[in-house]
Amino acid sequence: MTDLMKQSPLGTYVEHLKKGEFAYQVCKDDGKAFFYPRAVAPGSGSRNLEWRVSKGLGTVYTTTVVHYKGEAPLNVAMIDMDEGFRLMSRVEDIDPMQVKIGMRVKFRAHPGDEKTLPYPVFTPAGETK
Amino acid sequence: MTEMLKRGSIAVVGAAESDLGQVAPHTSPVDLMAQATLRALDDCGLQLKDVDALYVAATQVRMGPMSLAEYLGIKPKVFDGTQIGGSSFMTHVAHAQMAIQLGLCEVAVIAYGSTQRSVSRAAASPREFNPYETPYRPILPISAYAMAAARHMHQYGTTREHLAEVAVAARKWALMNPKAWEKEPLTIEQALNARMVSYPFTVRDCCLVVDGGGAIVLTSAARAKSLKKKPVYVLGVGETLSHANISSMPDFTVTGAAISGPQAFKMAGVTQKDVKMLSLYDAFTITPILFLEDLGFVPKGEGGRFVANGGIAPGGKLAVNTSGGGLSYCHPGMYGLLVMIEAIRQVRGECGERQVKGCDVALAHGNGGVMSSQCTVIFGSENAL
Repeated sequence: MTDLMKQSPLGTYVEHLKKGEFAYQVCKDDGKAFFYPRAVAPGSGSRNLEWRVSKGLGTVYTTTVVHYKGEAPLNVAMIDMDEGFRLMSRVEDIDPMQVKIGMRVKFRAHPGDEKTLPYPVFTPAGETK
Repeated sequence: MTEMLKRGSIAVVGAAESDLGQVAPHTSPVDLMAQATLRALDDCGLQLKDVDALYVAATQVRMGPMSLAEYLGIKPKVFDGTQIGGSSFMTHVAHAQMAIQLGLCEVAVIAYGSTQRSVSRAAASPREFNPYETPYRPILPISAYAMAAARHMHQYGTTREHLAEVAVAARKWALMNPKAWEKEPLTIEQALNARMVSYPFTVRDCCLVVDGGGAIVLTSAARAKSLKKKPVYVLGVGETLSHANISSMPDFTVTGAAISGPQAFKMAGVTQKDVKMLSLYDAFTITPILFLEDLGFVPKGEGGRFVANGGIAPGGKLAVNTSGGGLSYCHPGMYGLLVMIEAIRQVRGECGERQVKGCDVALAHGNGGVMSSQCTVIFGSENAL
């Protein structure tokens, strides 16, 4: 049960990221993993939720390269995590155009800055699935 | 919901655009809505005092029905400000049909206006902060559709040339529409080599950013018969929501059109073969490809190959977006109302050089958010009843 007077879903998520962990939730009634963090599980409506720490491995579901004027091209990708949920993220340490659908990637915590909370990014995992 | 609605129980009797393109400084979105409303009333011969229901959604006006009712000095009995992005107006048709069928109102106006070119897209449609997406700096909504295109290309062999075909077809149609924003021809090479925005999309894969608006007037089939223009009947409607943020879209290659389309076809009692013209919300070049598939006109995955070699250009296999679409005619932020206006005009036979012969049934499909809401309306002439 999430007590929103004490802790928000995003708050718990960020606490994990500060420790270098990528946390997600599972509905204990139907066993399904979901993302983004919520106070109730989508579909079942269950409030019987469990936080788990991901092993950090996923696969690129789709990808784009955004072009802001006067900046280097930037990757934005959707990552399917091995635990069965999807998130938007970015694959770093590689030319954005070389981020390919099906590529295996590994989680790394980005620390954020004064304006942005920590968030997960990914790097090539060097394996194929 | 649509099981309760009766095929042909209401009709569009008036339809009009506001001024389009770049309007005079300080013009407000409600100025454009009001201008379009009175033009649409003139189109059918009804008066402002006849209007007893108002349906409004806009990005720059938070409480649309209130703002337009105040501006026009009317007190509608029924009002609805459902805001689900560019498909809001198709949903308004369905909601107006419920209200008219139930006898809650008689004459409904659906209106829209935007000055996004004048004030900038960022000012006209500020995006909500999302802690799970905003840090990655996608250019939304463009990057969401770009990722759908990338997945479709990966899964089905769709190419950037196929996407460019959609832009070129839209431009060819636009050159036959005096109201279209774009006036110059476009080639596949020009589209492919244009400035890259969010791979695989160049600026030519993306809709226009212009000012504009529109309005349509609907009433019961019985009352429609006595008005100036031939009624355009609402044969079928369908609507669905599948997600809000792109991260939560279940399958990037399948839109909710696969749900709204069958609802609308079932209610209309027609099949794809009966549809002579399609008005498909083309915010980006991938969307007509997805909607041709999801609405059942092309097998899943074949949309790219279908649009190749001028498949949806003038003289092609299927008449799609004869106005020139959001890509070349007009895209004032939420384009769904103008998507319907072209289909309505085709059924009336008012489209001049670009008129599709014998267009007794036309389909208008709206898309909102990041493929989030999908709404389909099938229009028909008296012959289709």
